[in-house]
Amino acid sequence: MSVTASSSASSRSAKVRSTQDIRRATTSAIGWIACGIALLLVIGPLIDIVWVVTYRGASAFSLELLTTDTNGTGGGLLNAIEGTAVLSFGAMLIAVPIGVAAGIYLSEYGNNKLGGTIRFLSDVLTGTPSIVLGYFSYIVFVISLGWAFSALAGAITLAILIVPYLARITELALRQVPNTMREAAFALGAREPAVIFKIVLPSAASGVVTGALLALAISVGETAPLIYTAGWSNYSWDGRLTHSPIGYLTYVIWSFIDQPFAESHALAFAAAFLVMLVVLAINIGVRLAVRRTKFV
Amino acid sequence: MIPAALCAVVLFLAIYSAQAVGFNGFGFVSRITWDLGNMYSDPVTIRGVQVPPGASYGILVFVVGTLLSSFIAILIAVPLSIGAAIFLSEAVPAKIRPVLSLLVELVAVVPSVVFGLWGIAVLIPFIGHYISPTGNGYGLLAASIVLALMITPIIATTLLDALLQVPKENRESAFALGATHFEVVSKAMLPMVRATLIGGIVLALGRALGETMAVLMVSGGGLNILPTSLFSPISTIASFIVSQLDSAEQDPTNMAVRSLAEIALVLFIITLAVNAGAKLLSSGVLTNVRHRKQ
Repeated sequence: MSVTASSSASSRSAKVRSTQDIRRATTSAIGWIACGIALLLVIGPLIDIVWVVTYRGASAFSLELLTTDTNGTGGGLLNAIEGTAVLSFGAMLIAVPIGVAAGIYLSEYGNNKLGGTIRFLSDVLTGTPSIVLGYFSYIVFVISLGWAFSALAGAITLAILIVPYLARITELALRQVPNTMREAAFALGAREPAVIFKIVLPSAASGVVTGALLALAISVGETAPLIYTAGWSNYSWDGRLTHSPIGYLTYVIWSFIDQPFAESHALAFAAAFLVMLVVLAINIGVRLAVRRTKFV
Repeated sequence: MIPAALCAVVLFLAIYSAQAVGFNGFGFVSRITWDLGNMYSDPVTIRGVQVPPGASYGILVFVVGTLLSSFIAILIAVPLSIGAAIFLSEAVPAKIRPVLSLLVELVAVVPSVVFGLWGIAVLIPFIGHYISPTGNGYGLLAASIVLALMITPIIATTLLDALLQVPKENRESAFALGATHFEVVSKAMLPMVRATLIGGIVLALGRALGETMAVLMVSGGGLNILPTSLFSPISTIASFIVSQLDSAEQDPTNMAVRSLAEIALVLFIITLAVNAGAKLLSSGVLTNVRHRKQ
């Protein structure tokens, strides 16, 4: 449409148009095209990643994959899936109470210097590279406490990683609860704990759950800190919290792609497919839900 | 708990690396060679600590690799994200915008290790085939491109939010002066969001500096040699820490593990500085100053 408009305009006032006008119009056109290409270059790789991983991951998929353990070069993913589940849920078990409690504090009592400091430190923790946290856990849990590579060390590391996200999202969710609700509860004679846990927290529940899901997505996709804390095991988890390494999906992606066998590569792509499926499903679901309720 | 956790991280890294700091001195960041020494012969005592004979811990190569790959990544990512943000905010109909911006946001949540996998499967063969003169795709360029892809959404979404908040009056007065649509965007709107843009870039830089897995998988893992071209193998601080786990554990004197703790501390300080800078910029210190002047 713009093409016909400009061509009819130029035919009407061709003589009035100076070369400068043409130059400006050309610059604009080139600018828009460049911007469009930039957007394509940003979204294109994402689509290619999803396509490549889905295509090669799905073609490697079979029921056997979900029921057998990995061996040195191939096999199934049972132990890795189980390990990822154990590590992620362990991390959530530790991180959710702490993160939600921190969020409650920041939202209800955090409008002072201490609250500001905690918020700043929490941002610093968010910005800390995960490998630094992993190395910290390595020297503290694996070496100094002598737990060796273990599920507990890995889960605690992931927990440290996701607590700041949980705290921040919980705080945002609680701040959305109107003050009139709090005042009404107080007016009815409720004490402070009752107001927070029976009135404010339930009405912000969807926000807290959102935060927990996003944190889960982060912990499922994390690799670097686990290499230093959880180790790797070709067998299913034996139920011991310490002194026994545990497998996880992201390790399969990282290490099996470096092996010279097609079978190993297929396994790496299958693991990547699973990880990506979980991460993208959580993120898309959360974002769609958030858009609909206009929340956060 | 959060402050406690953070303090614990810094404290334990500092305590654990103290011996290494004493042994390595300031040469730590200026030496090129990382050599664990002969771990099978008896340890010798140098400067009061036991180390394997011949051990030398220098991280200049990794510092250079980190800064260089992040810098090139920013060079690639900034024009891409500015273009993408402009296109999203101005050229795309409001109905499609949420879908496309969702896609851009999703780029940021793809796990690092999946980016690395894609790098190995798609990017490395492409670079090796069409761009690299040596036919080897692993190296500085591949690491920078993957990093750029990972940080672009951070800059783009920050910028998009800012562009959508530019007051209508500013846009309309620029249109009224006879500016073309693109001139309105580039000459009237972009300068208004400059502070936000810089804040976003610094934030993205912080992420790029600490990125581990994707870089580890595509960088070629260069050791003891400074990169000379875009296709040289490199190591970043973060990727080097991961790759050294097995070798460092072999060291009977534990000095290698302590030196790695010192590296982690260096990386922490670098990213802390960058993130604090981003916070200062985005908290509006600069914008406020500018507004007051006007």
